[in-house]
Amino acid sequence: MNTALDNTHKKGGGFLHRLALNIRNHPMVYIMMLIVMTYFILFCYWPMYGNIVAFKNYKPFLGLARSEWVGLENFRNFFSSVYFFRIVKNTLVLSLLNLFFGFPVPIIFAILLNEVQSARYKKIIQTATYLPHFISTVVVCSMITLFTNSTGFITTFVNALTGHEGSLISDPDCYRTIYVVSYIWQSFGWNSILYLATMMGIDPSLYEAATIDGANKFQQIIHVTIPGLKEIIVIQFILACGSLMSLSWEKSFLLQSSLTYEVSDIISTYVYRKGFVDNDYGYSAAVNIFNAVINFGMLVFANQLSRKYSESSLW
Amino acid sequence: MAEIQRRKKAVPFMSTRGDRIFYKLNNLVMLFLIGITVYPMLYVVFCSFSDPDQYALKMGKMLLAPAGFSLQGYKTVLQLSSVWQGYRNTIFYVLVGTCFSMAITIMGAYVLSHKDFLLKRPVMGLIVFTMYFSGGMVPTYLAVNSMGITNTIWGFILPGAVSVYNLIVLRTSFNSVPKGLYESATIDGAGDMTMLFRIVLPLSTASLATITLFYIVSFWSSWYNALVYLQKRRDLYPLQMILRELLIMDQSEGFVDSLNNKTASQYLLKEIVKYCTIVVSTVPILIVYPFIQKYFVKGVMLGALKE
Repeated sequence: MNTALDNTHKKGGGFLHRLALNIRNHPMVYIMMLIVMTYFILFCYWPMYGNIVAFKNYKPFLGLARSEWVGLENFRNFFSSVYFFRIVKNTLVLSLLNLFFGFPVPIIFAILLNEVQSARYKKIIQTATYLPHFISTVVVCSMITLFTNSTGFITTFVNALTGHEGSLISDPDCYRTIYVVSYIWQSFGWNSILYLATMMGIDPSLYEAATIDGANKFQQIIHVTIPGLKEIIVIQFILACGSLMSLSWEKSFLLQSSLTYEVSDIISTYVYRKGFVDNDYGYSAAVNIFNAVINFGMLVFANQLSRKYSESSLW
Repeated sequence: MAEIQRRKKAVPFMSTRGDRIFYKLNNLVMLFLIGITVYPMLYVVFCSFSDPDQYALKMGKMLLAPAGFSLQGYKTVLQLSSVWQGYRNTIFYVLVGTCFSMAITIMGAYVLSHKDFLLKRPVMGLIVFTMYFSGGMVPTYLAVNSMGITNTIWGFILPGAVSVYNLIVLRTSFNSVPKGLYESATIDGAGDMTMLFRIVLPLSTASLATITLFYIVSFWSSWYNALVYLQKRRDLYPLQMILRELLIMDQSEGFVDSLNNKTASQYLLKEIVKYCTIVVSTVPILIVYPFIQKYFVKGVMLGALKE
């Protein structure tokens, strides 16, 4: 009845012949593929093609195709603009601060959580610390704004301690701290899941052996837990380096104000402002291409590192 | 029984005095961490139930309970029609959007896990490519604009609706359906649709639940599409857009109209209303969250396993 079914992978017959046979045997698979590919072509590949706007002087009444080519002018304008240095610096600084302070916290937290003896208490800690991950960015940023504006409770608290005056969120000197601390607050619980699960896989006999050798809890963590986590820490660190320049657009956009642009304006918020506030489409797309090229370079570099130092890589 | 008792005691017996101090300290550190994660949320709740007049004295101070008790804030929120319209829109987007995203994701994952599909490699390549390269804000806007779906509900739902990450996670799960089942079903004359609905989907319910939840949360908290593609249709704004206007941009036009005489207590009421809005818009997620938490955790692990 279905003798033709597995002919598709047999040798002989040209590719087109095999394709025709494959389509006849599995018409639904090809219909599904067409639907899925239509989506990706419309919403991913069409926009990708639209990047040619970066090389054009876009005029809305001419449309994308008929606007005049200007070569690399948009890129030249960006590289020579005063904003170039500022937004690259801000993106890098915020990313590096997030990485430097945000990366170790979930690891330390997971190690400590793993040592909690009561299963019930452990469950409560997990539920509480995963919670902020599920609050939407808009609500988290609203909370940050309400707490750190001139009448917020964090402002009062910090000002009483340090003698700082006025609102924190509109002070360029405090913006980065608020950004990083809130990032850690929202993500440390959730980011610990992976490490916690890895620790479940560490052979318990290693701990028993260490105990018999007289190792105390602290020594067990240093000599058993951390070596067991090394591989996953390396992979996660490399992945984090790979996405160094792709900072969340939403959070920066919601927290920044013109008062703090000197530290809060990052590449993606600048792309948005140039594109949708100043309506300079070509220039905005050029800045975005610059960012994408850097991101991709970082990713390739990170992947090379990952291949060298661990078994896993993205491709 | 004795055996169980002995095992229970095994760990404390082996632990030294130093270890016991460590456990105590560790429990305290954990309590502190619970405190700092939960307190900001509790603070919001306290403020939302506060009485404007008593709140005036405690504004900017740490609260351990509501300052006085009043439902005035919530009563005012009930009258903010934009919040409720946003709520309705968001629920609609979550329902329709999740169905759409799931349909495409399931089809993509099924096609890519089908053992006889000849074009598997090139199609996989084309899909994974979009994970690393995307159009960017302006080119995507131009494309969506040419499709003529800006200022319609589809302008909110369609762009970015399908996550390649979710698709690949689901494909991994489809791949783990035993191959023998396909063969016996084929011999019984089952077509590809029967296979999908009768075998593959029922055997992947855990992954399907996880990915559905991911999509629900992402539609619930999404607002960028509204900012860019719904510029002329405020009536289609999702809840998050309304929250952004009320809480971050501090634009409460309709609200200010109802409280025209700007007395101090009106100003305070406005502050309290902000906290009430946060509570009203976050409570649904927080209520269901403890029940679905394990699916999310599973999702993180699914993604980490990959191949």
